[in-house]
Amino acid sequence: MKIHEYQAKELFRTFNVPVARSGVAFSKEEALKVAEDLGQYPVVVKAQIHAGGRGKGGGVKLAANSEQVMTIVDQFLGMRLVTDQTGPEGRIVRKVLIEAGQSIDKEFYLSLLVDRQTEKIVIMASQAGGVDIENVAAKTPEKIIRVFVDPLIGIQGYQMRQVGFQLGFPAPAMKQLYGLLFNLYRFFVKYDVSLVEINPLILTSEGNVMALDAKVDFDSNALFRHKDLLELRDLDEEDPMEVEASSYNLNYINLDGNVGNIVNGAGLAMATMDIIKNAGASPANFMDVGGGASAEQVENAFRIILADPKVKAVLINIFGGILRCDVFARGVVEAAKKTGVTVPVVVRMEGTNVEEGRQILADSDLNLTSASDLADAAEKIAAAVN
Amino acid sequence: MSIFVNKDTKVLVQGITGNEGSFHTRQCISYGTRIVAGVTPGKGGQKMDGVPVFNTVAGAVKETGADASLIFVPPPFGADAIMEAADAGVSLIVAITEGIPILDMVKVKNFLSSRKCRLIGPNCPGIITPEECKIGIMPGMIHKKGHVGVVSRSGTLTYEVVDQLTKNGMGQSTCIGIGGDPVNGTNFIDVLSAFEADPDTHAMVMVGEIGGSAEEDAAAYIKAHVTKPVVGFIAGLTAPPGRRMGHAGAIISGSSGTGDAKIKAFKENGIHVCENLGRIGQICKEVF
Repeated sequence: MKIHEYQAKELFRTFNVPVARSGVAFSKEEALKVAEDLGQYPVVVKAQIHAGGRGKGGGVKLAANSEQVMTIVDQFLGMRLVTDQTGPEGRIVRKVLIEAGQSIDKEFYLSLLVDRQTEKIVIMASQAGGVDIENVAAKTPEKIIRVFVDPLIGIQGYQMRQVGFQLGFPAPAMKQLYGLLFNLYRFFVKYDVSLVEINPLILTSEGNVMALDAKVDFDSNALFRHKDLLELRDLDEEDPMEVEASSYNLNYINLDGNVGNIVNGAGLAMATMDIIKNAGASPANFMDVGGGASAEQVENAFRIILADPKVKAVLINIFGGILRCDVFARGVVEAAKKTGVTVPVVVRMEGTNVEEGRQILADSDLNLTSASDLADAAEKIAAAVN
Repeated sequence: MSIFVNKDTKVLVQGITGNEGSFHTRQCISYGTRIVAGVTPGKGGQKMDGVPVFNTVAGAVKETGADASLIFVPPPFGADAIMEAADAGVSLIVAITEGIPILDMVKVKNFLSSRKCRLIGPNCPGIITPEECKIGIMPGMIHKKGHVGVVSRSGTLTYEVVDQLTKNGMGQSTCIGIGGDPVNGTNFIDVLSAFEADPDTHAMVMVGEIGGSAEEDAAAYIKAHVTKPVVGFIAGLTAPPGRRMGHAGAIISGSSGTGDAKIKAFKENGIHVCENLGRIGQICKEVF
């Protein structure tokens, strides 16, 4: 689960990770009030959306006085901000962060994440701060420092020194950096963070260390033990259909093709998307109803897919394991009864209780095309939309 | 022959009295698996279809001599269940549970590193040696005894592959789903090396997906150490970057973990790539 920069900075403050003074605003008036409370100019106006690349995309601007704050905020709020990470459709800006401007001496990159290969928490840092780190990693990997922390032991002093000295941090600021690293690590572990990224981490001309940006992503699987984080979720940043699907515990991702599909299991769902593409059509979504789906969940999945106006045909591909085919078939029938089916539906079903499942579909009077295997299903679905 | 499990494996089920736990225990028993015990804290002394239920794994192992565990407990208790099984001396732990937090799994891996046991999963369908032993949730009837080893990060996608193998006349030695989480117990290389050493496995199918670099690592291993033919498949070539495709581990982050990079690694290391899942049975038949 992603959160906004302003929310991340609030959390940073409670963990004593230094950030600049700032406040969030949802209107011009609020923005002006925040700026005046800061009592200094320039201030930085930062558009708050769940995507990086905001600086390059024009979502971060410096304001020298209150008039400029008004002008910039007026321009930002309601704007569709397009960055490298938003896709061409961009994201609507609904709030801005007003932050006290800093006099920057040096910029660094710093992040913590779980490294899949070593199964440890890795601290990544670089002197090349403020820029696209993917580029740095691709072109000059030697400029990226990696220090691996064993979560059973926790972060050690020597590891913080490794980061500090390799970054070439000036001696007077070193202690501040250690404090920041230690507290950031504490935050990471306490909240089951999957990624925290500070780009840039700055050294001000007064010699202070500060997180000038904050990007945080939490492990969704661990939210059951962090109920306080749930209120930080911003549904405006998510696709409404995806929000609805997630309320039924369905793994759904909205895509731009026209073949809706319902599959059980993430791997098979991905492969089914690939097959649709191979057959010359294009998937409208990724929908994994999961291992132990109930008839009700299946019903909701089918209803969500049918409600999508771009869907011209639906491919149902089920290989029963945990999810029994009879349970699945009942869900499909229920949903079809309630919502009505106006597009061609191709069903391919195999596995646990497949005979009962096929029987339920056959007895239902629904107009379904059944496919004998995957190749057959791909052909039939392509024929239905082309 | 087979790897990791056979007809003598004695299995206990953690979470045996739950909805899925009881359903799949029955399926395993009817397949012929020796389910000797169940564990549900607070329900010790009861029976589930004649299978004795214990309060603790240690108690179940002591009474029944179980050497493998099948775990169905909910995700908040998943890590605890795995560690309990390992501590009780169970040598093979199969964790079906999906949704265990990654930091829990990192701790579990640390815990297991000083113990002699193998963890398969979590978030996986389990392991089956056809016509001998099924420890998992896969539909047994699609499998057939034979000589192809199957290893996969997915569940249902594995069933699809196995089904096509069987329909094309190729039985399987052992099929293992290693799970879709970013941190898991057994990896591709562990399984590939066991298949290479197993005289009854003559060929292998490896089913990967986007995210991470396990497929690339496995491809390099295959080139260096595997003499038997391998067919590879990657799911998620059409997946958009930055989105978690159901599995916690199936995400393209930046430029890493793309399907194209994995296919390229497969091709460069002598793995026969199947680009169309509908034809994987056919392709295996041609290659093997």
